[in-house]
Amino acid sequence: MMKPIELEKVQKAIEQMADKDVYLHLETTNGAYASHFDETFFSSGAYIRNALVRYETGKITGPGPYRVGLKISLGWVYAEGITHFEIDENNRLLLAGHDYKGKLAVALELSHTPFD
Amino acid sequence: MEKERQVLVVFPHPDDEAFGVSGTIATHVQNGTPVTYACLTLGEMGRNMGNPPFTNRENLPIIRKKELQDAAAIMGIQDLRMLGFRDKTIEFEEEDKMDAIFDSLIQELNPSLIITFYPGYSVHPDHEATGAAVVRTVGRMPAEKRPKLHCVAFSNNCVEELGEADIINYIAPVSDTKIATIKAHRSQTELMFANIEANQNDTDPKFMAWLENERFWTYKF
Repeated sequence: MMKPIELEKVQKAIEQMADKDVYLHLETTNGAYASHFDETFFSSGAYIRNALVRYETGKITGPGPYRVGLKISLGWVYAEGITHFEIDENNRLLLAGHDYKGKLAVALELSHTPFD
Repeated sequence: MEKERQVLVVFPHPDDEAFGVSGTIATHVQNGTPVTYACLTLGEMGRNMGNPPFTNRENLPIIRKKELQDAAAIMGIQDLRMLGFRDKTIEFEEEDKMDAIFDSLIQELNPSLIITFYPGYSVHPDHEATGAAVVRTVGRMPAEKRPKLHCVAFSNNCVEELGEADIINYIAPVSDTKIATIKAHRSQTELMFANIEANQNDTDPKFMAWLENERFWTYKF
């Protein structure tokens, strides 16, 4: 079950996955209907699933909502607006940012095995 | 509503059928018409996780698959096909591949009516790409062999550009089934359902008209 961020637990989970090949899911979204309901709204988003990365250092920071940054071999991965986490039964680290209505706005997930 | 030989419903997401089509589907089933529902994805990119969250990005598709199966059972659909695509990726698939899938469904089922989204007037990129593929596929058939094509449109400009819907199905006799179908997609509809029930108690005429009349535009080639 997704729970509000607990900094120490998340930081520890991030560190445990460092220096290993891990599969990354990263997305941001306003929802496909944002510009339909508000024609002045500029809708944008990005999505990557099962990118194979290896990071040497990773951090969760901020006063909440939180930011997460991973320094990968040749660059960076980061996400902002993170509010919830879960370490699931497959030992995957699921991080997400939910808006005030409970809608997902950003997700950053790490797994030792590919996501479905 | 005219009795059909076979109905084929093609939508990309579980719940695309709920608000605007489930009453029509239930009516066809009651008329003894076989209905096949081809649903392309499991709505993996749904955003509603609840507050506090009741699921996460990875488990949402499992929930939505069950909701889709429950909804199909409520409408009385015997033939639900889950085509295994991923939410928000339909427009990036090869067009030929999509067309071949729909062509083979049409060959197999020989539907007298197909229901899908009206390309250009259905807002979500998956809706647009699904409707466009169905329209292309049907359009390649000889005109006299084409099934009827009833399309759902709801973009802000749809009435302005297409005119009023030419097919309006009055589904009040199955409105309980329709409400149960909407409810079955709980992860997606629970938030708005509070409003629906409140409105129903008032029997707000505007709401009832919306609920009891399902609107389609016949695609004109």
